[in-house]
Amino acid sequence: MRSLSQEKTIKTTTDIDSLRSEIRDKSVRVIDVRREEDYKQNHIPTAVNLPLANLLSDDSPERVLKIFNSLGIDDETRVVVYDDTFGALASRVAWTLEYIGHSDVSLLETTYSRWKSLGLESETISPEIQSKQHSLRLKPEILATSDYLEQSKEKKDVLLIDNRERLNYLEQHIPGAISLPYRTLAKNDKILRPKEDMKRLLDNRGISGDSEIITYCGSVGTLSGLAYYALKSAGLPNVKLYVRSFKEWKNLKKPLEKQEDANYWDLSAE
Amino acid sequence: MTVSDLKQPHSDSVRPTINWARVEEAVDFAKTVKLYRQGKYDDDSFRRYRLQHGAYGTRMTSDYAMVRIKLPAGEIYPQQLEKIAQLSEQFSIGSAHFSTRENIQLHWVVLEDVSEIFRGLAEVGLTSREACGNSVRNVMCSPLSGVCPGEEFDATPYALATAKFFLRNPMAQSLPRKFKFNFTCCEKHGMVRMVDVGLIPQIKEIDGTAQKGFKIFLGGGLGNRSFVGHQLEEFTPEEDLIYTSIAVLRIFDRLGDRKNLARNRMRYLVNDMGWDAFQNLVFKERALVRATQSVVTQLDVDFTPSEIKRPIRVTDESGNPNPDGYARWLKTNTEKQKQPGYRSAFITLEAGDITANQLSALGEIVSDYSSEGKARVGFNQNIALRYVSEDDLPRLYSRLLEVGLAKSGSLTMTAPIGCSGTTSCNLALTNSHRLAKEIQRKFLELRLDEDDDLRDSTIKISGCPNSCGQHGIATIGFFGGGGRVGKEMYPNYQMLLGGRSDGETMLGLTCTRIPAKRVIPAILKIIELFKKYKKPNDTLKEWIHRIVNEKEDSEIKSILDLRKIMDQLAVPPTKEDDPDFYSDYGSDTSYHTKTGKGECAA
Ligand code: SF4
Repeated sequence: MRSLSQEKTIKTTTDIDSLRSEIRDKSVRVIDVRREEDYKQNHIPTAVNLPLANLLSDDSPERVLKIFNSLGIDDETRVVVYDDTFGALASRVAWTLEYIGHSDVSLLETTYSRWKSLGLESETISPEIQSKQHSLRLKPEILATSDYLEQSKEKKDVLLIDNRERLNYLEQHIPGAISLPYRTLAKNDKILRPKEDMKRLLDNRGISGDSEIITYCGSVGTLSGLAYYALKSAGLPNVKLYVRSFKEWKNLKKPLEKQEDANYWDLSAE
Repeated sequence: MTVSDLKQPHSDSVRPTINWARVEEAVDFAKTVKLYRQGKYDDDSFRRYRLQHGAYGTRMTSDYAMVRIKLPAGEIYPQQLEKIAQLSEQFSIGSAHFSTRENIQLHWVVLEDVSEIFRGLAEVGLTSREACGNSVRNVMCSPLSGVCPGEEFDATPYALATAKFFLRNPMAQSLPRKFKFNFTCCEKHGMVRMVDVGLIPQIKEIDGTAQKGFKIFLGGGLGNRSFVGHQLEEFTPEEDLIYTSIAVLRIFDRLGDRKNLARNRMRYLVNDMGWDAFQNLVFKERALVRATQSVVTQLDVDFTPSEIKRPIRVTDESGNPNPDGYARWLKTNTEKQKQPGYRSAFITLEAGDITANQLSALGEIVSDYSSEGKARVGFNQNIALRYVSEDDLPRLYSRLLEVGLAKSGSLTMTAPIGCSGTTSCNLALTNSHRLAKEIQRKFLELRLDEDDDLRDSTIKISGCPNSCGQHGIATIGFFGGGGRVGKEMYPNYQMLLGGRSDGETMLGLTCTRIPAKRVIPAILKIIELFKKYKKPNDTLKEWIHRIVNEKEDSEIKSILDLRKIMDQLAVPPTKEDDPDFYSDYGSDTSYHTKTGKGECAA
């Protein structure tokens, strides 16, 4: 229950103005998850760099903990993550932080390109970081594994959401999944739709708070990480990320479902 | 991966002048889908409702719909292109499809998301209302109206006014069947005799003053049975346009066949009654309408001309002034306008398909290069930028090249039409859509677009006997079916020759059946024969025209002579020798026919 009351106050996304004042107050740790070259060119002031690839090379809780410690994050640190990939990579990092037990993490509401195009401040220097000690209190309730998915098949109130593009979904998906392409989640220059908008979209689809919801995407849980936050932003309490996603499912030769008897790929102009 | 949904629209682009949308319809649609899923709506009434709002069913599933966005008179503005790009990425397959009737279609949309598309469309003034169902479908107008050297005046304002008059008009909500208006610029650019009501603008000297009006053709149409339309009278003055339209619609509403789904287009009524009787009835009804309609029943024709202003570009102007392939593109994709110094440039698509990225780029390109600041969708699954200053053409070409839209051949035989076929249509028997793409790729590779003899010929392909692919008016047309050798099936096409939709409109004559995987060799064979027997200055279209009318004096005198030669190509190989023959394009499994309940055509 600890997290419930806290989650109410921690917003999924942080708007630009709030972040700027938090930076001024030195009350936030900003993480830039772009590649190192991009980060070095310039980044949001005080941001530290954690390229997603670095995190993914070994995302065991122990290593992840070390990484976050070295970035100067302890249990109380307020964290904001951003990227230049419509929030998908940032989401995967934010989710990982949540998974090891961190509660105060949000996504920047927009991308770094947008930040730059607005003419907002940036810098090239990397900040000095003092290592900190974060505790390890895993939150298994936000993680789904392939075994967990198999067990959930029998349950009635579990919704499985596929966040890949529609054609990929039509061609193959995990049995019972519904398609909600990651593109659907953004609106104009924001990585996520406004709350009411998101709620309406999900409500039309019958995606509601009564169900347990599991999101997955193609391989490493980025697109579905964004969906994880999209669902949370709409106030849905019980969301899990199948972090190893479709790639693992396929490798394990688990059952698949497809849309039969139609040549939908030939409608694509790609 | 793109970021079109995070992009800001061009701030100075030309804005749409007409709002076709009503956002309430999105709300209502969402509600209705919910009720339907809860079983509170029966299948039939939901289906009618869905179609009336422009959402079709999809092949073999009730989970998905196709949303058909209407572009009245074919007009589309930059911010609308950008919005459709976004919607296609969010709710469809990341590509959109230009149809033959100036609609843009989004396929494989989750039924529950359709209302979200309506909302998005409403933001830019577009609707899909009455794009399907038994209503007045999108009112078309030639993409060259207003710029065509051969036209007497611009029909665009009349097309828009007609669309405005009938959209959501109670008299057009439950007709016996769909009803189509086509306006054009001139005889050559055609398409007026193959539609319920076709109109060509005409100016007539009456008592010393020039009077605007139309040549109106009634009762034509393509379908399982096709008919050529009849001209109502020599000249219909512009003020009679609305009365004539209402009169015809009323007659159809009253007398059209509501029982027999296969025979309920207006052309059957005209055919059954006989033209003279029908014509008389229209005159009588029109007199009645004229006498009884109040003065407020008028077409709201907006004559404000579009502002023609050469755009100021912020983009890079450097680069090669004569890029590779430019001459070929200029020749096969552009038309001189009647306004000196300007051309209309057509974009070649593959069977009408375009990616979200390309659509979005096109929005910017239109702003940057069209002096009227908007684009016009054409009759052939394509789109035109008009009022491009001739000096800007090389740069426009370079820009199109960057986004993969600079393929040549748009105005030639190498841009075939293919209906959606088995990619999404419930009635399809073959993958006509992919076949059109295959033909295009092959023919561009052979540079057939540069051959002037072939330029005015057309290839059109439907995936079943219904005529969404317009095979009946193609120089070389095809419609799909299944062929059989013993127990094995293979995809097959009926080939028709000599169809045309211009001043000498006629329907193509059946030649023979050609297996899908032999269609390309068959067309090449026809071209080879043509080259052998052609007269100087002959075009393929004229040569075929003479053959189907038995006026050719060379060795090939009739369609039967041609058939004998073509039949050699149609002999099926054994499955061991050529397994590929037994599967359709886009599929690696053995071909079989499978269809569901149709909504596309009768
Ligand atoms: S009904 Fe036939 S002609 Fe029309 S789209 Fe479907 S396959 Fe093509």
